[in-house]
Amino acid sequence: MSFEYGGPVGGAPDWRSAYDRGDTVCVIGAGASGLVATKNLVEHGFGVDCYDRETSVGGIWNWRHDRSPVYATAHLISSRPATGFPDFPMPDSWPDYPHHSQVLAYLQRYADHFDLRRHIWFGTEVVRVRPVHGGRWEVTTRSTGGYTERTHRYAAVVVANGHHWYPHLPEIEGLDGYTGETVHASAVKDPTSLRGRRVLIVGAGNTGCDLAAEAAAQRAAACWLSTRRGYWYIPKYVFGRPVDQVNELVLAARLPLRVRQWLFHRILRLVVGDLRRFGLPRPDHRVYESHPIVNSQLIYQLGHGRVIPVADVARFGRTTVELVDGVSLEPDLVVFATGYLPRFEFLDPHLLAIDDAGRPHLPLHMFSPREPTLAVAGLLQPDSGLFPLVHWQTVAIARWLRVALSDPPAAAALQPRLAALAARRWHDARLRDSARHWFEVSHVRYLRGLQRLLDLLERAR
Amino acid sequence: MSRPPGPGRTRLVRHREVAFPVPAVRREVLTAVPADAEGRPPLLFVPGFGAGAWVFAEHWLDHAAGRGFPAYAVSLRGHGGSGRHPRTTLRAYVHDVVQTACGLPRQAVLVGHGAGALVVAMALSRYPARAAVLAAPVFGGPATALRALWRHPVGTLPALVGGPLRLRRGQLFGRELPVAEARAYQRRMGRAAPLAQWQLLAHRAPERPVGDPPVLVLGSPDDAVVSGRALGRVARRYGGAPLLFPGMGHALMLDRGWREPLDAVLDWLEKVTG
Repeated sequence: MSFEYGGPVGGAPDWRSAYDRGDTVCVIGAGASGLVATKNLVEHGFGVDCYDRETSVGGIWNWRHDRSPVYATAHLISSRPATGFPDFPMPDSWPDYPHHSQVLAYLQRYADHFDLRRHIWFGTEVVRVRPVHGGRWEVTTRSTGGYTERTHRYAAVVVANGHHWYPHLPEIEGLDGYTGETVHASAVKDPTSLRGRRVLIVGAGNTGCDLAAEAAAQRAAACWLSTRRGYWYIPKYVFGRPVDQVNELVLAARLPLRVRQWLFHRILRLVVGDLRRFGLPRPDHRVYESHPIVNSQLIYQLGHGRVIPVADVARFGRTTVELVDGVSLEPDLVVFATGYLPRFEFLDPHLLAIDDAGRPHLPLHMFSPREPTLAVAGLLQPDSGLFPLVHWQTVAIARWLRVALSDPPAAAALQPRLAALAARRWHDARLRDSARHWFEVSHVRYLRGLQRLLDLLERAR
Repeated sequence: MSRPPGPGRTRLVRHREVAFPVPAVRREVLTAVPADAEGRPPLLFVPGFGAGAWVFAEHWLDHAAGRGFPAYAVSLRGHGGSGRHPRTTLRAYVHDVVQTACGLPRQAVLVGHGAGALVVAMALSRYPARAAVLAAPVFGGPATALRALWRHPVGTLPALVGGPLRLRRGQLFGRELPVAEARAYQRRMGRAAPLAQWQLLAHRAPERPVGDPPVLVLGSPDDAVVSGRALGRVARRYGGAPLLFPGMGHALMLDRGWREPLDAVLDWLEKVTG
């Protein structure tokens, strides 16, 4: 991390009228990441103003929110103990893989339990965040759908606006002239709407596979799943236990990556078998080298002929979809399960070192490389549940801000150590298609990095 | 007595919590909730080994509720009306406390008694309590076992080979409690899991509490289970001196003068959480 420090903290006031909130920290978003950021900042003694454009907590987990991508029958793909916040576990009476409505109930209870709502300004959109003299921040907000803007000045800003709400749509030849119906996966709210339809799902990530299995279960007239490459399809259970719990046991044994890969190849060969029998391409990489796809039902539905795997889409005709292997399909609905893009329209891109492809480049995936008092929470794609990682991220952010705001020389003295930490790689394996998985992290490796950061900050106190 | 001096650091990688989640059992929670809590935090009482939530339901829950605190008491698994599970360890007891605390409407104050205080101390690293009270804390170790053996060999020896631990009337209560009443309480006592009893002899020190809660340690100089030295050691660990209630036995919440320590706890809570 290399921070270019501004002038002394608390410099001359800006000429524009902005209400100064003193040492208060601004948190953007009241989803899972925003809530845990608010809770941990308050716990570390900060005042917090949290803004959310919606009128309730939960972010994407609240399916009533217009940007929520969850569909009616979605369940978690990481198991309960790997998913909850480390200091507020999910109820042990819940199933291994809770339903999305339970996740929302959990977040609401978290907000109530720690009395977080009094820090949150609902129905308030952040339109502009800019650094001002003295390392402080001016945050301009507007009530959702309104016109009046208000500007407040803060000591620091934590961005927690999520990365699963702005659909990424691929550019495919002929798509503009295609007359059939196309939607992004995030718009498929109720899988029963797929009943009786001829559906082509483009993209075999976790969402694509879930939707294909759902379409099959809902008796779609036809369901094609278009994949570009071969993947590993990891079942939700092996040996009768959630697969991430088995993986955690293997990680605890600290086996080398190669041994772990060998072990999981053996396990998957036993419990899933050769994917080519189901018409899927052979994985072109080893386990751990791409984001894990956890799905037990896809293979089952393939075996029942209710999902038909097809090749990558080459181009769209007027009413047809042509695949790279020359096959032509005539679906009446095309679902793009092609992922999401992170969006930070309210920030100057260079503050997060955002490249031409829209990807920020952040030390430890959370600090601004330019400003010491700007951080991003939850911009990770881990091989486990995200909430535990964001919890420790925001603890680290809170402790960092405490040092950076109260003792700038100590913060500056930490720089070389932090820079060395920031240069580390956060994934165990060399990732295939690393451009797409730029924020993929191995959760244990990343947690060890955060542990190192927390230990450094502890000593700086 | 505020900020505990972080014994040990906070561990971020917790393989065991994910790989081997503690199995769920039915948990008995007794409650006494005032009509108007006026922003006072809920209290969660955790009984020691052998005792169920009922020990707090006798006097403390109602009195705490009478002073405006929503009061809850949980029976650890295998105790009172809670379900049991084979291979129960200290970790499972900690799980029971954290789960119950997370189920309360607001951030709770954890109050542990006896070995329940050790369970609370361990739970503090897994749940950011509003505050914590360790009453007559039994943090274990060989000295605790030797003291119990010395005071009551017949009741202690079976525990060393996995049997139940029995305490004499004189170990639990002061002289002022009528004998019949004391006997009735003794008859209601159950037992802790054998593994957990052994772990009391040798276990890792509790990790540092999360969220820097204020911690109060209290006990009696006449406690036949917890020596004055052991009490002082626990209090020092949390950066203070113990609050003392002379003349009382180990079972502070059942003994004759039960009102006095509880009032001291509630006064302290009004000060630190007010």
